[in-house]
Amino acid sequence: MKVKYGGRSLLVLARRIIPCLDVAGGRVVKGVHFLDLQDAGDPVLLARRYYEEGADELVFLDITATVEERKTVIDWVRRVADSIFIPFTVGGGITALDQVQELLRAGADKVSINSAAVRNPGFIDEAARAFGSQCVVLAVDVKRVAAQWKVFVRGGRDKTGKDALNWIRAGEDLGAGEILLTSMDRDGTQVGYDLELLERVSQRVQIPVIASGGAGDCRHLLEAFQQGKADAVLAASIFHYGRYTISQVKKFLAEHGIPMRLESPVVRPAV
Amino acid sequence: MIVVVDYKAGNLYNVAHALRHLRADFVFSADPRTVATASRVILPGVGSARAAMDSLREQGLTDVLRNLEVPFLGICLGLQLLFERSEEEDTPCLGVLKGVVRKFPKSEFKVPQIGWNNVCYKPGTDARRPQLFDGIPDGSYFYFVHSYFAPLVPELTVASTEYVVSFSSAVRKENFWGVQFHPERSGEAGLRLLGNFLDLN
Repeated sequence: MKVKYGGRSLLVLARRIIPCLDVAGGRVVKGVHFLDLQDAGDPVLLARRYYEEGADELVFLDITATVEERKTVIDWVRRVADSIFIPFTVGGGITALDQVQELLRAGADKVSINSAAVRNPGFIDEAARAFGSQCVVLAVDVKRVAAQWKVFVRGGRDKTGKDALNWIRAGEDLGAGEILLTSMDRDGTQVGYDLELLERVSQRVQIPVIASGGAGDCRHLLEAFQQGKADAVLAASIFHYGRYTISQVKKFLAEHGIPMRLESPVVRPAV
Repeated sequence: MIVVVDYKAGNLYNVAHALRHLRADFVFSADPRTVATASRVILPGVGSARAAMDSLREQGLTDVLRNLEVPFLGICLGLQLLFERSEEEDTPCLGVLKGVVRKFPKSEFKVPQIGWNNVCYKPGTDARRPQLFDGIPDGSYFYFVHSYFAPLVPELTVASTEYVVSFSSAVRKENFWGVQFHPERSGEAGLRLLGNFLDLN
């Protein structure tokens, strides 16, 4: 879309809307409420639904606990890749290069790496060298501790003592292609993203920043772009519970001047 | 047979998913004879220009690709490799198209460009019509991931996109087509574009 940019009217890169799905044992967990879907636990059906609504990308977090369940991941990733034609990221428990390779082979476009990168920062570098920075998303879970932003790992259970801003800069230098920034203080609260954190991180790095944690309303997404300077927003509950469809959210944001990819009707070829 | 050139330079799998969806028969191959006798050729690619050119050379593919007379589609790095040279590690490329691929200059924009941007093509008529864009509205969004860009060259540029600068997001010279974006990841518009490529004479 055309927006005013430095006094000039320019076509610009759209900001991205990214629904996030938690998967365990090949099933979407943390309830997704689409009344008309017969199986709301099937990652493929949900992925397809969001794809059709105009999602710009999808993120799947595999929160599988057992090794047995982990074997199902490749299977559903492959099926998702066959049914949607937008980029998607898979994260959760990725600790080795062969896991990354397997996920990319199955059709994932990117992987998100979190705890394993904190334990071994060289892993980001290795993954970026082997597969390109564009497929390495560094996920960082951040919590405010005594007026400082600290990195937490293992799904937020373990404190690392690392300063979040320094860690994110280090991750960029190691070759991460994007930052998925989750505010643990806001996650699940639906009171809005941590805009201060978001803005600090966005200004600190050259790579795109995806805001996560706290979205409960369209306005929160707008703030993340306007004040937080996010390049993309991740949201779960506002979409899962059917409060808004993705196209409603995009329309709202576009009306408020945020460049959005709105559907352009593609003419299907005559069969 | 449609050949997707497998030169160990990144993510071929999503191109395969999209081709399967379009019910196209294709093979992955890096064998020069297979590529030389293909009915059409797709050169995908992410990764670095230097590594990709080294790989193409090692497999004996550079001349085979230059001499193709069937429809050819370079995707992302596959478009960049068609030009004479890339600023990325100062790499000599295939030289099918005149021009040099450059890195986005420093600006307030983030590099790489990651995400959906508008692709504006020159409508043209009849023979000059960019068949790759049949049925796709001008200015449609496609998904990009790149740090280097191909220049605007009047006789080659089929479509352009703006990010930091205006650059060629689609190019064509005779049977050689290239797109900077990822049609396999660009929703319905991307599928239509790939379908159009499969329908080219």
